[in-house]
Amino acid sequence: METTRKGYYGWLFAMPWLLGIAIFYLYPLLSSFYYSFTKFNGFDVTGFVGFANYVELVKDELFWISVRNTFYYALLAVPTGLILGVFLAIMLNVKTRLQGIYRVIYFIPTLVPIVACGVIWQWLLNAQFGVVNYLLYEVGLPQPGWFSSEIWSMPSLVLIAQWCVGSGIIVFLAGLQDIPGDYYEAATIDGGGHVRKFWHITLPLMSPVILYHVIMALIGALQQFILPFIVTGGTGSPANSLLFYNMLLYKKAFAFFEMGHANAMAWLMFVAVMVLTVVLNWSSKRWVHYMGD
Amino acid sequence: MNSVRQVNWTSKIGAHAVLVLFSIFFMVPFFILVSTSFKTQPETFVYPIKWFPENLHYENYLDVFNVIPFFRYFFNTSFITIMNVIGVLFSCPLAAYALARLQWKGRELVFYITLAVMMIPYAVTMVPVYMIFAKLQMIGTYWPLILPAFFGAPFFIFLLRQFFKGLPKELEDAARVDGCNEMKIYLRIFLPLTKPALLTIIIFQVINSWNDFMGPLLYLQESGMYTLQIGLQQFKTSHATDWPALMAASVLISLPIIVLFFFAQKRFMEGITFTGIKG
Repeated sequence: METTRKGYYGWLFAMPWLLGIAIFYLYPLLSSFYYSFTKFNGFDVTGFVGFANYVELVKDELFWISVRNTFYYALLAVPTGLILGVFLAIMLNVKTRLQGIYRVIYFIPTLVPIVACGVIWQWLLNAQFGVVNYLLYEVGLPQPGWFSSEIWSMPSLVLIAQWCVGSGIIVFLAGLQDIPGDYYEAATIDGGGHVRKFWHITLPLMSPVILYHVIMALIGALQQFILPFIVTGGTGSPANSLLFYNMLLYKKAFAFFEMGHANAMAWLMFVAVMVLTVVLNWSSKRWVHYMGD
Repeated sequence: MNSVRQVNWTSKIGAHAVLVLFSIFFMVPFFILVSTSFKTQPETFVYPIKWFPENLHYENYLDVFNVIPFFRYFFNTSFITIMNVIGVLFSCPLAAYALARLQWKGRELVFYITLAVMMIPYAVTMVPVYMIFAKLQMIGTYWPLILPAFFGAPFFIFLLRQFFKGLPKELEDAARVDGCNEMKIYLRIFLPLTKPALLTIIIFQVINSWNDFMGPLLYLQESGMYTLQIGLQQFKTSHATDWPALMAASVLISLPIIVLFFFAQKRFMEGITFTGIKG
């Protein structure tokens, strides 16, 4: 009697979320899969076309450009974000009264809305009048065209992403502070220097936090959309060098009304994300150490 | 002993040098942002660069108010934000409580689904969800930006579940002896105890809604209904080289969240830490 009464309440309490799962996740997931096999203009499904959308995508040059750009971005942004985040967290972990102030300084850029972030950095990196090129000129270094150069546009975007590395730093710092001080003291007595302590204590004990960060950062990087959309006004210029996967998908869906192609792209993204997550988790058995193991 | 202390000293100075250097990297954009926002347009095109404007041209801020209906967008954004906060405060603790403290068939399965749906890319659900709202004739209204919050957000539910799990069982036992029903136990005893976690969720939701670009981009059509983010994007398209005005607009839309941060710094940091470590 007791359990049935409680069971009823469980469903009742969870009901909004159960509906939410059905309406906003499961149904869209399945219908996106269905749409990806149809010709669909946003109003009517005009026919079931099998794998035609996927085949057309594979033959589409822009599709491959967007895939290449997106992976290029992830390959640059995820490792730099990780290295910079861990490095600055370690620096911050040096006991100092100023730690609180540094933390705030490093964190504040993450609060700036992405649209504003894009506008600010476009000004800083303005090829002619921007402060970055001004400083480079003053110290006698060459001044890249940043967003106006197809070679430098991607590194520019990666640079902006590093400005917002603050929340990663905070997380890594908390991870560092969880490492018992005894470990380092023992290593000091054994004559271990900073470098050895880093490789043999810090890195192994931080590995669970790092794994989680890498998975989330990678998923985020593959879905990068707003920043390049803002900076290029949605075009992906110059020379499609900032055409990201999700920008092309958005264009196909809401500018060309090729919903079939858009959903095929979405599902390919979904599969890629799942595969990458599984691979990272699987590989983590080799490099992630949980405390107490 | 002496040498150890010396090493400590040098490494401390080294760390400080690095920290200061990066502080400059993180702060200079803000300085340029504010300084440019007070310049005249010709002042932004001079060589060598002027670090400070000759006079404080606060008219740039007035221009923002004249060119885009700033207060209107501010109000629109605030409205969407508040409705979303109400939505997640209704739906998420309920689901989290059910997942953490009530016994029911399918509970574990629903919990795993909650974790799994966090991995679904936005792009996958984007078109079908758009189609749902199109069928309901809600494109061009605020409904698509507000309704989903009332059906729960997986990440918040997960966060609150962990919190509910940590509360002692004696709490509900005593209440049950007193004859309270489940709804009363939830509302009177457990919900008030989750205040810190709820505050974290409110902060996250405020940031998400305030900074949301994708939702308004997809669903809003009339310019009078735009949010600040879309408004700035519009402004950017129409004033591509008017850097002082663009900077002034950027200051204005960034400020509310930064002010909020200074009021609730501890919650911010705790929230971020929790999501990164326990997530």
